[in-house]
Amino acid sequence: MTAAAPELAIETRQLTKTFGRQTVVNNLDLAVPRGSVFGFLGPNGSGKTTTIRMLLGLASATSGEVRVLGQELPQQLPGVLPRVGALIEGPGFYPFLSGSANLIRLDSADRFASPATRWKRVADALERVGLTHAAGKKVKAYSLGMKQRLGIANALLTPRDLIVLDEPTNGLDPQGTREVRHLVRSLTDQGTTVFVSSHLLAEIEQMCTHAAVMRAGNLVAQGSLDELRQTGQTRIRLVTPDAQLALGVLAGLGLAADVDAPSERGVASADPQLIAPLPEEVAAEQIVEALVANGVRVRGFTVAGSTLEDLFVALTGEGFDVAQ
Amino acid sequence: MSPSNSGAPTAAAAARPRAGWSLLTSELVLLFRRRRTWVLLATLAAIPVLVAVAVRLSTARAPGSGRGPAFLDQITQNGLFVSVVALTICVPLFLPLAVGVVAGDTLAGEAGAGTLRYLLVAPVGRIRLLLVKFAAAIAFCLAATVVITAAGALIGAALFPIGPVVLLSGDTIGVPDSIVRALLIAGYVTVSLAGLTAIGLFVSTLTDAPVGAMAATVVISIVAQVLDSLPQLDWLHPYLFTHYWLGFADLLRQPVEFSSFSSNALLQLAYVLIFGSLAIGRFTSKDILS
Repeated sequence: MTAAAPELAIETRQLTKTFGRQTVVNNLDLAVPRGSVFGFLGPNGSGKTTTIRMLLGLASATSGEVRVLGQELPQQLPGVLPRVGALIEGPGFYPFLSGSANLIRLDSADRFASPATRWKRVADALERVGLTHAAGKKVKAYSLGMKQRLGIANALLTPRDLIVLDEPTNGLDPQGTREVRHLVRSLTDQGTTVFVSSHLLAEIEQMCTHAAVMRAGNLVAQGSLDELRQTGQTRIRLVTPDAQLALGVLAGLGLAADVDAPSERGVASADPQLIAPLPEEVAAEQIVEALVANGVRVRGFTVAGSTLEDLFVALTGEGFDVAQ
Repeated sequence: MSPSNSGAPTAAAAARPRAGWSLLTSELVLLFRRRRTWVLLATLAAIPVLVAVAVRLSTARAPGSGRGPAFLDQITQNGLFVSVVALTICVPLFLPLAVGVVAGDTLAGEAGAGTLRYLLVAPVGRIRLLLVKFAAAIAFCLAATVVITAAGALIGAALFPIGPVVLLSGDTIGVPDSIVRALLIAGYVTVSLAGLTAIGLFVSTLTDAPVGAMAATVVISIVAQVLDSLPQLDWLHPYLFTHYWLGFADLLRQPVEFSSFSSNALLQLAYVLIFGSLAIGRFTSKDILS
């Protein structure tokens, strides 16, 4: 144990979880800085929820170490959990109780929560997620989006140092998704670390400062969003009707281009596009110069750093083959 | 090591934990607010009513036939016996059914509804949750037997004469004393159900499907009663949790014969300790994946 203020809200070392012969989480080294909004990204079935369960002491690790808010788990669990709010794998509520009765119930379970302020805190939490009007309604009459909000309200019942949100925007409409983003931002303003898991990159990109990417139980990338963007490669995109000619010119400069010909897909009017990674030693203007000199009609030319989406697809694969 | 040095909101960590009666209160409110609990209790209350009405309607034709459960014939002389007859009828099947539903649901129900993970991160310590669940299930056992006793006494008073009660030992006691006896019997039955409740709690830690846990608990109580009725297994009988279930007749003697009460209490205590330990062992080491 270090005596200094822990810089990391969550830290795992070689965290592993196996179910029988299947390794669900493999040697995970997570480092979530304090005060960050940390995106935990990965396709469905990549081990995100299992990791979250281990971080919250619901499942035990097969091997490895976990520290949350600087405390060793699972030994320090009773001291850590009151400082952590969580939404885990979707909301879970008593359908026959109202929204506020459900929160009262969960708050009664927390021995650190003051009974004197219980009703007030429940009302405040409901207000923050916009559920005040439905507070007295039974949860079985809630829509999925409302249950999701109620789950988030539960995470906000007392001031927390860390909030873990597992797929918080599941079932929410675009308006609700925006509200969750605002909420997350307002939480970090108070110094709370927010750990958000998602399989949607756009969501992470819009609200996170840091991210980690999981694939089939392995951590394949981790860092601030800027750091992650830099790991990808810069590429050029050329629009020209003279695709074959351009391919030759690019090959002469050492660029291996892919041709995307819309005419092959039945779109006759559009020009083919060539996409190629840009090597560091070649300047973009050099390429345009060579293309024009060789008589290629350049109708469009862009240089782009890779987006997070490119990185995400490169790291986790595309389509349905992602979960093993 | 100070967890509150980062300027972050650590009010929760700075405060000391409370005794935690809130959770028990919440659990009792949750249990007794459920429609299912009310249906169970209403069904149990209907048994003495059915018995009393049936006896009242048939006495005109066949008084004192000598068939049926113990004490059935006494009802016509004294309405206070309706409670005892109703308990005798409920103990083998209806009470185990009701207790099986409540005890089997304790943890499996929370797991099935997805609320277990939220309780545990709230946080509730796992042993504390088990204790609270057990206490609430025992409260239900008490409520169930009291409901049967009270419903029996009320319907008995309505349909039959009420007066001094002639005990098994031949002595006669007055109405106030007989109410005390009735409550003693309710207590006896509640204690009898403690072992089954502990078994249900343990079964409930094994699965996330509440219906499975309920059915298993009821089946266990039936199997135990079947074993208890096989004379070839009489060496086993004193160890079956159902063995003293109908032994409350001893409370209808003067002076009160407490030996079966204490044997029963000891036996139930042993079951509670064994299955309580099993439940703790299982639940504290379990991965909550529901």
